[in-house]
Amino acid sequence: MTRTFDRAFAAGVTALAMLVPLTLAGITVLLLIDAWPALTTFGLSYFTTTVWDPVKLVFGAAAYVYGTIVTTIVAVALATPIAVGAAIYLTEFAPRPLRAPVAFVIELLAFIPSIIYGLWGMFVLVPVMRSNIEPALQGTIGHVPLVGQLFSGTPVGLDLLSGGVVLAIMILPILMAVSREVLLAVPPTQREAMIGLGATRWEAVTRAVLPYARPGIIGGAVLGVGRAFGETMAVTMVVGNSSRDITGSLFVPGYTMASAIANQFVEADTELYFSAVVEVALVLLLVAVVVNSVARLLIRRAVADRPAGAVI
Amino acid sequence: MAVRSATLSAIPARHRIAAKRRIGERIAITLLGLATLIGVVLLVTILGYVIVQGAPAINLEFFTQRPKPFGEVGGGVQPAIAGTLLLAAVSGAIAIPVGIAAAIFVVEYRTGRFAAPVRFAAELISGLPSIVIGVFVWAFLVRGVIGQFSGLAGAIALAVIMVPIVARTVEEVLRLVPGSLREAALALGAPKWKVILSVVLPTARAGIITASVLAIARSAGETAPLLLTALGNEFFSLNLLRAVDALPLRVYRYAISPYDDWHVKAWGASLVLVAVIGVVALLLRVVARQRVN
Repeated sequence: MTRTFDRAFAAGVTALAMLVPLTLAGITVLLLIDAWPALTTFGLSYFTTTVWDPVKLVFGAAAYVYGTIVTTIVAVALATPIAVGAAIYLTEFAPRPLRAPVAFVIELLAFIPSIIYGLWGMFVLVPVMRSNIEPALQGTIGHVPLVGQLFSGTPVGLDLLSGGVVLAIMILPILMAVSREVLLAVPPTQREAMIGLGATRWEAVTRAVLPYARPGIIGGAVLGVGRAFGETMAVTMVVGNSSRDITGSLFVPGYTMASAIANQFVEADTELYFSAVVEVALVLLLVAVVVNSVARLLIRRAVADRPAGAVI
Repeated sequence: MAVRSATLSAIPARHRIAAKRRIGERIAITLLGLATLIGVVLLVTILGYVIVQGAPAINLEFFTQRPKPFGEVGGGVQPAIAGTLLLAAVSGAIAIPVGIAAAIFVVEYRTGRFAAPVRFAAELISGLPSIVIGVFVWAFLVRGVIGQFSGLAGAIALAVIMVPIVARTVEEVLRLVPGSLREAALALGAPKWKVILSVVLPTARAGIITASVLAIARSAGETAPLLLTALGNEFFSLNLLRAVDALPLRVYRYAISPYDDWHVKAWGASLVLVAVIGVVALLLRVVARQRVN
């Protein structure tokens, strides 16, 4: 009797648990099937051309890939110093009673739905970018050779730079949480040894703590990349949604892969058009799997000494 | 710079290096504090905008009426509020048992061949862009099994997002349950299923409730997968086989419209959404505390 129950219970738990890998397999297989016509029709030219023409049925997603890469780079470049700086401050220097509460407040940013970041981005950030920040950037760094190219053209607000800034705000909490976790996992002896040698606390942080924590912090940044490149709504609302040629400026309306899906999925009325949109999703899926595997590997190694309660 | 070198020259040579180091430290700490401040200010600013801009849209009608066509005064987001609650309930009812089962499978049956693949699959799903999950559920349910945009498809899309969150959080809590508790129960002759149901899970109850709240709070704001599944609906509907509205969808439709009045309503709907997420967290916390008592 007992054994029957035990077996039935184990079977039930197993069946429910197996839904998880089955779902992952289902996602991969279904996307592959739907993307197949586009995969076979366009092959590699899908990634090397920017022509996206639903009328002539020619599809190249290079502009979407470019937009995704650019906004992600901007996001990680802006968010990493702030997140790591805050994490260092909150683990090493902030007054003790403030540490956990302030970290909690910043982590609350992760609970704001992406649609609200989008709304805020559209009505608050974009006007400020258009009339203040972008002209200021153009007036200063814009004259520097090579780098200036990034800030050429008319500041429009709804562009790749704004997309990157919104993404930076959105990945800030995860980046900070991971960095903080990793810094907390650095053995106190690392700091104590440096300070015992006569170092200041800042020197101990830069020379003994950060080198120790580096792989984990990089893991956090990679995780941030994973969040940023697949983020849909907030970016869709501020990035401009226009797939012109690749110009090299951040001040042009762009398209990311995720926003291309959001905008065109329901409109895709022919089989090949639909298939081309699904191929974008398939590429997102594959990149997500690779990026997240790398990130988790790096972070797991860095916090391996800590028992439970890891944020990720 | 001038001030700094003036300060330095006033100090005997052998102390200069120490002073330089101390000033460097001061500057570094200030910059780090500034980075922290940026994080806090961002949160306050964004929430502040939602409250200040959203408050004018809030009145009784906003909660009790359906959206009106542009040009007509008034109207509310009642279908969206009902839809969001419905989607949260249905997706929770699907995702919480599956997530808990996955965690039990990974922790309590860890010797099994499939424990590691389940865990790995949950991690990979949690890293997937939500729009990809939307595309999958569209292809599987909206085009396939159900045959149209529907609340059920939306709830399942949200459930796919929630399962890994529940599974991983519960897994960590189950690992914290002392092995001696399991052993004590087994030594008393309790079968494994009974040990899990009446010793392990009750011990981990608080953590399991937290995991569920976390998952619901995270998924309640999801928009992208709902665009491809639940679609949105201007009429009140709790029919799971028809299109259902949700607050994030309503925010989106109003935000991208060209009308100022609708923009105000978008902020108002955002405020309601943030409040719903907050209330869900609060309610479940109260329930958790009562059960413990």
